[in-house]
Amino acid sequence: MGDQPEITLDRRAVVARILKGRADTLVVTGLGAPSWDTAAAGDRADNFYLWGGMGGAAATGLGLALAQPGRRVLVITGDGEMLMGVGTLATIAVQRPANLAICVIDNQRYGETGMQETHTAFGVDLAAMARGAGIEDAATVWDESALDTAAAALLGAPGPVFVAIKVTPAETPMVLPLRDGLALKHRFREKLLGKA
Amino acid sequence: MASPPDWPDTVFGALKDAGVRQVAYVPDAGHARLIELARGDNAVRAVPLTAEQEGVALLGGAWLGGEAGALLMQSSGVGNVINMLGMSAECRFPLLMLVTMRGEWGEFNPWQVPMGQATQASLEAVGVIVQRVDDADSVAETVEAAARMAFQGGRMVAVLIGQRLLGAKNWDK
Repeated sequence: MGDQPEITLDRRAVVARILKGRADTLVVTGLGAPSWDTAAAGDRADNFYLWGGMGGAAATGLGLALAQPGRRVLVITGDGEMLMGVGTLATIAVQRPANLAICVIDNQRYGETGMQETHTAFGVDLAAMARGAGIEDAATVWDESALDTAAAALLGAPGPVFVAIKVTPAETPMVLPLRDGLALKHRFREKLLGKA
Repeated sequence: MASPPDWPDTVFGALKDAGVRQVAYVPDAGHARLIELARGDNAVRAVPLTAEQEGVALLGGAWLGGEAGALLMQSSGVGNVINMLGMSAECRFPLLMLVTMRGEWGEFNPWQVPMGQATQASLEAVGVIVQRVDDADSVAETVEAAARMAFQGGRMVAVLIGQRLLGAKNWDK
Protein backbone atom coordinates (compact mmCIF):
# COMPACT_ATOMS: atom_id res chain seq x y z
CA MET A 1 0.00 0.00 0.00
CA GLY A 2 1.34 3.41 0.90
CA ASP A 3 -0.69 5.14 -1.77
CA GLN A 4 -3.98 5.32 0.08
CA PRO A 5 -5.35 8.75 1.04
CA GLU A 6 -4.79 9.96 4.57
CA ILE A 7 -7.62 8.82 6.82
CA THR A 8 -8.98 11.39 9.26
CA LEU A 9 -12.59 10.44 9.97
CA ASP A 10 -13.51 9.53 13.53
CA ARG A 11 -15.70 6.43 13.75
CA ARG A 12 -17.91 7.64 16.53
CA ALA A 13 -18.63 10.97 14.86
CA VAL A 14 -19.35 9.18 11.57
CA VAL A 15 -21.84 6.77 13.11
CA ALA A 16 -23.55 9.56 15.09
CA ARG A 17 -23.87 11.62 11.91
CA ILE A 18 -25.43 8.76 9.95
CA LEU A 19 -27.84 7.82 12.71
CA LYS A 20 -28.96 11.41 13.32
CA GLY A 21 -31.31 11.19 10.36
CA ARG A 22 -32.43 7.59 10.87
CA ALA A 23 -36.07 8.30 11.87
CA ASP A 24 -37.62 4.82 12.19
CA THR A 25 -34.78 2.93 10.50
CA LEU A 26 -34.12 -0.47 12.06
CA VAL A 27 -30.45 -0.95 12.91
CA VAL A 28 -28.43 -4.16 13.18
CA THR A 29 -24.81 -3.89 14.32
CA GLY A 30 -21.84 -6.20 13.92
CA LEU A 31 -19.94 -7.27 17.00
CA GLY A 32 -17.34 -5.00 18.58
CA ALA A 33 -16.84 -1.31 18.01
CA PRO A 34 -19.78 -0.80 15.59
CA SER A 35 -22.06 -1.91 18.42
CA TRP A 36 -20.39 0.52 20.84
CA ASP A 37 -20.53 3.35 18.27
CA THR A 38 -24.23 2.75 17.70
CA ALA A 39 -24.96 2.59 21.44
CA ALA A 40 -22.99 5.80 21.93
CA ALA A 41 -25.22 7.53 19.40
CA GLY A 42 -28.20 6.64 21.59
CA ASP A 43 -29.48 3.27 22.72
CA ARG A 44 -32.87 2.36 21.24
CA ALA A 45 -35.07 -0.71 21.30
CA ASP A 46 -34.93 -0.87 17.51
CA ASN A 47 -31.17 -1.38 17.61
CA PHE A 48 -30.15 -5.02 17.52
CA TYR A 49 -26.55 -5.40 18.64
CA LEU A 50 -24.64 -8.55 17.80
CA TRP A 51 -22.13 -9.48 20.48
CA GLY A 52 -21.07 -12.61 18.63
CA GLY A 53 -22.00 -14.43 15.45
CA MET A 54 -19.07 -12.87 13.62
CA GLY A 55 -19.82 -12.67 9.91
CA GLY A 56 -23.57 -12.67 10.50
CA ALA A 57 -24.52 -9.00 10.71
CA ALA A 58 -25.33 -8.44 7.03
CA ALA A 59 -27.28 -11.69 6.82
CA THR A 60 -29.25 -10.75 9.93
CA GLY A 61 -30.06 -7.44 8.27
CA LEU A 62 -31.11 -9.25 5.11
CA GLY A 63 -33.55 -11.54 6.93
CA LEU A 64 -35.02 -8.53 8.73
CA ALA A 65 -35.26 -6.49 5.53
CA LEU A 66 -37.06 -9.32 3.71
CA ALA A 67 -39.49 -9.71 6.61
CA GLN A 68 -40.14 -5.96 6.83
CA PRO A 69 -40.12 -4.64 3.27
CA GLY A 70 -41.82 -1.43 4.38
CA ARG A 71 -39.04 -0.46 6.80
CA ARG A 72 -35.52 0.74 6.17
CA VAL A 73 -32.89 -1.61 7.59
CA LEU A 74 -29.34 -0.39 8.18
CA VAL A 75 -26.51 -2.75 9.08
CA ILE A 76 -23.52 -1.07 10.72
CA THR A 77 -20.56 -3.38 10.96
CA GLY A 78 -16.79 -3.56 10.84
CA ASP A 79 -14.38 -4.53 8.08
CA GLY A 80 -13.24 -7.71 9.85
CA GLU A 81 -16.81 -8.78 10.47
CA MET A 82 -17.81 -8.09 6.86
CA LEU A 83 -14.80 -9.99 5.54
CA MET A 84 -15.78 -13.05 7.56
CA GLY A 85 -19.24 -13.03 5.95
CA VAL A 86 -18.28 -11.55 2.61
CA GLY A 87 -20.27 -14.14 0.66
CA THR A 88 -23.40 -12.53 2.07
CA LEU A 89 -22.82 -9.62 -0.32
CA ALA A 90 -23.62 -12.07 -3.13
CA THR A 91 -26.66 -13.38 -1.27
CA ILE A 92 -27.93 -9.83 -0.77
CA ALA A 93 -27.33 -8.94 -4.41
CA VAL A 94 -29.44 -11.90 -5.54
CA GLN A 95 -32.33 -10.88 -3.26
CA ARG A 96 -32.08 -7.18 -4.16
CA PRO A 97 -33.85 -5.83 -1.04
CA ALA A 98 -34.74 -2.21 -1.82
CA ASN A 99 -34.84 -1.38 1.90
CA LEU A 100 -31.43 -2.70 2.98
CA ALA A 101 -28.21 -0.74 3.41
CA ILE A 102 -24.85 -2.00 4.67
CA CYS A 103 -22.39 0.41 6.23
CA VAL A 104 -18.90 -0.86 7.01
CA ILE A 105 -16.98 1.28 9.48
CA ASP A 106 -13.57 0.41 8.10
CA ASN A 107 -10.65 1.09 10.42
CA GLN A 108 -8.63 -1.63 8.67
CA ARG A 109 -8.16 -3.37 12.00
CA TYR A 110 -9.50 -6.15 14.19
CA GLY A 111 -10.30 -3.81 17.05
CA GLU A 112 -11.33 -6.25 19.75
CA THR A 113 -8.29 -8.48 19.49
CA GLY A 114 -5.37 -6.08 19.57
CA MET A 115 -5.79 -3.88 16.49
CA GLN A 116 -4.21 -6.31 14.05
CA GLU A 117 -4.57 -5.26 10.43
CA THR A 118 -7.44 -6.69 8.40
CA HIS A 119 -7.21 -7.40 4.70
CA THR A 120 -8.55 -3.93 3.89
CA ALA A 121 -5.30 -2.48 5.27
CA PHE A 122 -3.56 -4.20 2.37
CA GLY A 123 -5.87 -2.79 -0.27
CA VAL A 124 -8.71 -5.30 -0.31
CA ASP A 125 -11.64 -3.22 -1.56
CA LEU A 126 -14.96 -4.20 0.01
CA ALA A 127 -16.98 -1.78 -2.12
CA ALA A 128 -15.51 -3.33 -5.26
CA MET A 129 -16.40 -6.77 -3.91
CA ALA A 130 -19.96 -5.55 -3.28
CA ARG A 131 -20.13 -4.15 -6.82
CA GLY A 132 -18.72 -7.37 -8.18
CA ALA A 133 -21.45 -9.24 -6.36
CA GLY A 134 -24.04 -7.06 -8.08
CA ILE A 135 -24.70 -4.33 -5.53
CA GLU A 136 -24.38 -1.43 -7.95
CA ASP A 137 -24.77 1.33 -5.38
CA ALA A 138 -21.49 0.63 -3.60
CA ALA A 139 -18.92 3.22 -2.58
CA THR A 140 -15.97 3.90 -0.31
CA VAL A 141 -15.85 7.15 1.63
CA TRP A 142 -12.35 8.41 2.39
CA ASP A 143 -13.09 11.85 3.81
CA GLU A 144 -15.56 14.35 5.09
CA SER A 145 -16.58 15.60 1.64
CA ALA A 146 -18.53 12.46 0.70
CA LEU A 147 -20.01 11.73 4.10
CA ASP A 148 -23.36 13.51 3.81
CA THR A 149 -24.05 11.93 0.42
CA ALA A 150 -23.19 8.52 1.83
CA ALA A 151 -25.40 9.02 4.88
CA ALA A 152 -28.32 10.01 2.67
CA ALA A 153 -27.79 6.95 0.47
CA LEU A 154 -27.59 4.64 3.48
CA LEU A 155 -30.86 5.97 4.86
CA GLY A 156 -32.85 6.52 1.72
CA ALA A 157 -31.45 5.43 -1.64
CA PRO A 158 -33.05 2.40 -3.29
CA GLY A 159 -31.24 -0.64 -1.94
CA PRO A 160 -29.28 -2.62 -1.67
CA VAL A 161 -26.75 0.06 -0.80
CA PHE A 162 -23.20 -0.60 0.37
CA VAL A 163 -20.86 2.02 1.81
CA ALA A 164 -17.46 1.44 3.40
CA ILE A 165 -16.31 4.43 5.42
CA LYS A 166 -12.62 4.67 6.17
CA VAL A 167 -12.01 5.77 9.76
CA THR A 168 -8.90 6.16 11.87
CA PRO A 169 -7.89 3.23 14.08
CA ALA A 170 -7.97 5.44 17.15
CA GLU A 171 -9.61 3.60 20.02
CA THR A 172 -12.77 5.10 21.47
CA PRO A 173 -14.28 4.70 24.94
CA MET A 174 -16.34 1.53 25.30
CA VAL A 175 -20.06 2.24 25.44
CA LEU A 176 -21.56 -1.13 26.20
CA PRO A 177 -25.22 -1.68 25.39
CA LEU A 178 -27.42 -4.42 26.75
CA ARG A 179 -25.70 -7.74 26.11
CA ASP A 180 -28.35 -10.32 26.94
CA GLY A 181 -29.43 -11.67 23.55
CA LEU A 182 -32.86 -12.77 24.68
CA ALA A 183 -33.59 -9.35 26.14
CA LEU A 184 -32.32 -7.63 22.98
CA LYS A 185 -34.60 -9.82 20.88
CA HIS A 186 -37.65 -9.21 23.04
CA ARG A 187 -37.30 -5.46 23.17
CA PHE A 188 -36.64 -5.23 19.44
CA ARG A 189 -39.67 -7.35 18.55
CA GLU A 190 -41.89 -5.57 21.01
CA LYS A 191 -40.94 -2.19 19.54
CA LEU A 192 -41.43 -3.40 15.96
CA LEU A 193 -44.30 -5.86 16.26
CA GLY A 194 -46.01 -4.89 19.50
CA LYS A 195 -46.45 -7.03 22.59
CA ALA A 196 -46.50 -10.76 21.89
CA MET B 1 -34.24 -45.15 -9.20
CA ALA B 2 -37.86 -45.52 -8.26
CA SER B 3 -40.36 -42.78 -9.00
CA PRO B 4 -39.59 -39.47 -7.28
CA PRO B 5 -40.61 -39.49 -3.63
CA ASP B 6 -43.47 -37.25 -2.67
CA TRP B 7 -42.28 -36.45 0.86
CA PRO B 8 -40.85 -33.09 -0.23
CA ASP B 9 -44.34 -32.02 -1.30
CA THR B 10 -45.88 -32.93 2.04
CA VAL B 11 -42.93 -31.37 3.88
CA PHE B 12 -43.43 -28.16 1.96
CA GLY B 13 -47.08 -28.21 2.97
CA ALA B 14 -46.01 -28.67 6.60
CA LEU B 15 -43.61 -25.72 6.35
CA LYS B 16 -46.32 -23.50 4.88
CA ASP B 17 -48.78 -24.59 7.58
CA ALA B 18 -46.15 -23.69 10.19
CA GLY B 19 -46.00 -20.15 8.77
CA VAL B 20 -42.61 -20.42 7.08
CA ARG B 21 -42.04 -17.40 4.84
CA GLN B 22 -38.31 -17.59 4.17
CA VAL B 23 -36.62 -20.75 2.93
CA ALA B 24 -32.83 -20.42 2.94
CA TYR B 25 -30.68 -23.11 1.43
CA VAL B 26 -27.43 -24.41 0.16
CA PRO B 27 -28.51 -26.98 -2.41
CA ASP B 28 -28.34 -30.70 -1.96
CA ALA B 29 -29.66 -33.41 -4.23
CA GLY B 30 -31.92 -34.59 -1.42
CA HIS B 31 -33.46 -31.12 -1.14
CA ALA B 32 -33.83 -30.49 -4.89
CA ARG B 33 -37.61 -30.91 -5.01
CA LEU B 34 -38.21 -28.89 -1.84
CA ILE B 35 -36.07 -26.05 -3.17
CA GLU B 36 -38.00 -26.14 -6.43
CA LEU B 37 -41.28 -25.89 -4.52
CA ALA B 38 -40.02 -22.96 -2.44
CA ARG B 39 -38.78 -21.13 -5.54
CA GLY B 40 -42.09 -21.63 -7.27
CA ASP B 41 -44.24 -20.24 -4.45
CA ASN B 42 -44.86 -16.51 -4.36
CA ALA B 43 -45.77 -16.57 -0.68
CA VAL B 44 -42.33 -17.89 0.23
CA ARG B 45 -39.01 -16.15 -0.22
CA ALA B 46 -36.37 -18.60 -1.42
CA VAL B 47 -32.90 -17.43 -0.40
CA PRO B 48 -29.92 -19.26 -1.89
CA LEU B 49 -26.88 -18.89 0.37
CA THR B 50 -23.18 -18.96 -0.34
CA ALA B 51 -22.62 -20.80 2.96
CA GLU B 52 -24.95 -22.33 5.51
CA GLN B 53 -24.06 -20.04 8.41
CA GLU B 54 -25.58 -17.12 6.50
CA GLY B 55 -28.90 -18.89 6.85
CA VAL B 56 -28.68 -19.04 10.64
CA ALA B 57 -28.16 -15.27 10.85
CA LEU B 58 -30.72 -14.61 8.10
CA LEU B 59 -33.43 -16.50 9.96
CA GLY B 60 -32.53 -14.71 13.20
CA GLY B 61 -33.13 -11.44 11.37
CA ALA B 62 -36.34 -12.79 9.85
CA TRP B 63 -37.62 -13.64 13.32
CA LEU B 64 -36.74 -10.16 14.56
CA GLY B 65 -38.95 -8.93 11.74
CA GLY B 66 -41.80 -11.29 12.59
CA GLU B 67 -41.23 -14.03 10.03
CA ALA B 68 -40.52 -17.73 10.47
CA GLY B 69 -38.14 -19.54 8.17
CA ALA B 70 -36.44 -22.83 7.47
CA LEU B 71 -32.84 -23.65 6.61
CA LEU B 72 -32.12 -26.50 4.20
CA MET B 73 -28.67 -28.00 3.95
CA GLN B 74 -26.61 -31.14 3.60
CA SER B 75 -24.91 -32.64 6.64
CA SER B 76 -21.58 -31.19 5.51
CA GLY B 77 -23.12 -27.75 6.04
CA VAL B 78 -23.65 -28.49 9.72
CA GLY B 79 -19.92 -28.06 10.15
CA ASN B 80 -20.27 -24.52 8.82
CA VAL B 81 -23.05 -23.34 11.10
CA ILE B 82 -21.79 -24.24 14.56
CA ASN B 83 -20.43 -20.88 15.74
CA MET B 84 -23.37 -18.94 14.28
CA LEU B 85 -25.74 -21.18 16.25
CA GLY B 86 -24.37 -19.45 19.34
CA MET B 87 -26.39 -16.43 18.24
CA SER B 88 -29.59 -18.46 17.93
CA ALA B 89 -28.96 -20.05 21.33
CA GLU B 90 -28.17 -16.78 23.11
CA CYS B 91 -31.15 -14.93 21.61
CA ARG B 92 -33.34 -18.01 21.71
CA PHE B 93 -34.24 -17.55 18.08
CA PRO B 94 -36.44 -20.35 16.80
CA LEU B 95 -34.51 -22.25 14.16
CA LEU B 96 -35.74 -25.07 11.98
CA MET B 97 -33.07 -26.90 9.99
CA LEU B 98 -33.73 -29.72 7.55
CA VAL B 99 -30.52 -31.61 7.02
CA THR B 100 -30.10 -34.26 4.34
CA MET B 101 -27.49 -36.77 5.43
CA ARG B 102 -24.32 -37.82 3.66
CA GLY B 103 -21.47 -39.89 5.00
CA GLU B 104 -23.56 -42.72 6.33
CA TRP B 105 -25.70 -45.49 4.74
CA GLY B 106 -23.97 -46.67 1.57
CA GLU B 107 -21.69 -43.63 1.25
CA PHE B 108 -19.21 -43.94 -1.62
CA ASN B 109 -17.24 -40.74 -0.96
CA PRO B 110 -14.83 -41.08 1.96
CA TRP B 111 -14.55 -37.28 2.28
CA GLN B 112 -18.21 -37.12 3.29
CA VAL B 113 -17.83 -39.60 6.13
CA PRO B 114 -16.11 -37.56 8.88
CA MET B 115 -18.68 -34.73 8.92
CA GLY B 116 -21.60 -37.06 8.28
CA GLN B 117 -20.65 -39.16 11.27
CA ALA B 118 -20.14 -36.08 13.44
CA THR B 119 -23.32 -34.26 12.39
CA GLN B 120 -25.69 -35.26 15.17
CA ALA B 121 -23.10 -34.98 17.95
CA SER B 122 -22.00 -31.55 16.69
CA LEU B 123 -25.53 -30.21 16.67
CA GLU B 124 -26.28 -31.60 20.09
CA ALA B 125 -23.03 -30.23 21.50
CA VAL B 126 -24.19 -26.70 20.73
CA GLY B 127 -27.70 -27.25 22.04
CA VAL B 128 -29.74 -28.13 18.96
CA ILE B 129 -32.56 -30.63 19.43
CA VAL B 130 -32.10 -33.37 16.84
CA GLN B 131 -34.89 -35.45 15.35
CA ARG B 132 -33.84 -38.13 12.94
CA VAL B 133 -36.03 -39.69 10.30
CA ASP B 134 -35.24 -42.74 8.19
CA ASP B 135 -38.45 -43.59 6.42
CA ALA B 136 -40.20 -41.46 3.83
CA ASP B 137 -43.63 -41.77 5.40
CA SER B 138 -42.46 -40.11 8.60
CA VAL B 139 -40.67 -37.08 7.17
CA ALA B 140 -43.62 -34.72 7.01
CA GLU B 141 -44.91 -35.44 10.51
CA THR B 142 -41.40 -35.12 11.90
CA VAL B 143 -40.99 -31.74 10.21
CA GLU B 144 -44.38 -30.67 11.48
CA ALA B 145 -43.45 -31.61 15.04
CA ALA B 146 -40.03 -29.99 14.72
CA ALA B 147 -41.57 -26.79 13.37
CA ARG B 148 -43.93 -26.60 16.32
CA MET B 149 -41.07 -27.10 18.74
CA ALA B 150 -38.99 -24.47 16.94
CA PHE B 151 -41.55 -21.73 16.46
CA GLN B 152 -43.82 -22.27 19.44
CA GLY B 153 -41.31 -23.88 21.77
CA GLY B 154 -38.70 -21.30 20.81
CA ARG B 155 -35.86 -23.74 20.18
CA MET B 156 -33.25 -24.78 17.63
CA VAL B 157 -34.39 -28.01 16.04
CA ALA B 158 -32.76 -30.03 13.28
CA VAL B 159 -34.43 -32.80 11.34
CA LEU B 160 -31.82 -35.20 9.98
CA ILE B 161 -33.14 -36.96 6.89
CA GLY B 162 -31.26 -40.24 6.62
CA GLN B 163 -29.26 -41.24 3.58
CA ARG B 164 -31.02 -44.61 3.57
CA LEU B 165 -34.29 -42.78 2.92
CA LEU B 166 -32.77 -40.48 0.30
CA GLY B 167 -30.94 -43.23 -1.53
CA ALA B 168 -27.18 -43.27 -1.34
CA LYS B 169 -25.34 -41.67 -4.23
CA ASN B 170 -23.50 -44.06 -6.46
CA TRP B 171 -20.41 -43.68 -8.62
CA ASP B 172 -22.49 -44.72 -11.62
CA LYS B 173 -25.06 -42.00 -11.18
